[in-house]
Amino acid sequence: MSTSFAECSARERVARLLDRESFEEWLPPSARVMSPHLAQLGVPSAFDDGVVIGRGRLAGRAVFIAAQEGEFMGGGVGEVHGAKLVGLMQRALRDRPAAVLLLAESGGVRLHEANAGLIAVSEVMRALLDVRAAGIPVVVLIGGANGCFGGMGIVARCADRVVMSDNGRLAMSGPEVIEASHGVEEFDSRDRALVWRTTGGKHRFLSGDCDVLVDDDVQAFRDAAIDAIGHANALTLDGLEREHALLAARLRDAPEGADAVALWRQLGIRDAERVPDLDAAEVRALVAN
Amino acid sequence: MTGMESLVYEFAGTRCVAAFAPVLVGVVGSGNLEVLVEPAAAAISRYSVETSARGFGAIWEAVLRDFHERHHFNGLSVSINDMGATPAVVSLRLDQAAAGLKEATP
Repeated sequence: MSTSFAECSARERVARLLDRESFEEWLPPSARVMSPHLAQLGVPSAFDDGVVIGRGRLAGRAVFIAAQEGEFMGGGVGEVHGAKLVGLMQRALRDRPAAVLLLAESGGVRLHEANAGLIAVSEVMRALLDVRAAGIPVVVLIGGANGCFGGMGIVARCADRVVMSDNGRLAMSGPEVIEASHGVEEFDSRDRALVWRTTGGKHRFLSGDCDVLVDDDVQAFRDAAIDAIGHANALTLDGLEREHALLAARLRDAPEGADAVALWRQLGIRDAERVPDLDAAEVRALVAN
Repeated sequence: MTGMESLVYEFAGTRCVAAFAPVLVGVVGSGNLEVLVEPAAAAISRYSVETSARGFGAIWEAVLRDFHERHHFNGLSVSINDMGATPAVVSLRLDQAAAGLKEATP
C-alpha cells in the first residue's frame, strides 16, 4: 500500500524515506535548541524549530538528510532552523556522505524573525553551493501541502536535482503574494487549478525546473532519491550560462498573457490542455516521446 | 499583546516506567500540539505546558490528571508546546506518546 508523502509529518517522511531504523538525529527535540525570537513575541515555539536534521542510510549508502515541517509556521526559516540546515551542510563537507537530501516544505523566511531569517536563508544557499562544489550531490524533494516558496524556492533551484510530486509546488513569490502586489486580474490565488498549473510539479517538470516527477508516494520519493546518488551535477560557468540563456529564451518567447497550458503547447507538449488530468507517469511519457 | 501561558503540574503515580528514549509526537500547528516525553529520576511525573491559549489552566489540569490516572507512571517528564489543541486532541497525543512506554520490572 502506498503512503502519501504530503500527508506525512517531516519526521515520518525521514523515517520512511531512509533505510529502516537507520536515522540518527542531530539536535533532537530533547536538546531544545529553539527559536530565541518566538517566545518574546508570544508565539508558540517547537522543540526542533521546525526542522529535522541528521544522518542515515539510503539503500545502504550513508546520506545526510533534513526535513522541514510545513505544519509549524508554514515551514518558515528562522535563525535556528536555518543554522541547523547550514550546520548539516558544513558537516557534509567534512564527512562526505553519498548525498544530502533536503525535504523542503516552506513558505520561505519566517517573517517573525525578519533579518535573522533572511540571513539564515542566504547562509543555507552558500552552504549548499559549497557542498555541490565538493562534488556531493544535493537533492531537494518537494511534496508537502505548503509547497516550497520564497528563499527556499531559490535554495531548491541551487541544488543538483529537484524531485517533485504533482501536488508539490515550487516558486519564488507565493500565489497570495502575487495577488496582493499585482491584483487579482494578474493572479487569482483562490483559483486552485490556476495555482497548480502555474507552480505545481507537472508544470515545473515540463518547463525543466524539476528533474524528476513522481507520484505522491513516499516510496516513489525514496526511489528517486536512491537514483540521485552518484549523480552530482558539476556547477560550471558553462552550465550557468546555458541556464541564463534558457531563462532569457523562456521570457522572450512566452506567449502573450499566457496561461501555463499555452506555454506547454509552445514547449511542444502534445495535448497540452489534458496535462492537468494526467498522472505522473503519463506526464513523464509526454516528455520521453 | 498577550504572551504564552506556562503551566506546570505534578502528580504522584504507582508504577515506575522502564528506561526509554525521549518520544516526540505531534506538531506545533493550528489546533495541534507537540508532546515530548522524557525519563526523569523522580518519584512523581511532571507536566510542563506552554500554550498560546491563555486561561484554560483548569481544563489542562483535568486532562493531564485524567491521562496520569490512566497510566499511573512515575518518572515521566512531559513537555508540551500547544497551539490551541482541544482537550480530545491533547488526550489522543498523550496516549500516542505513552503507547510505547512500559512498566519497569523490579
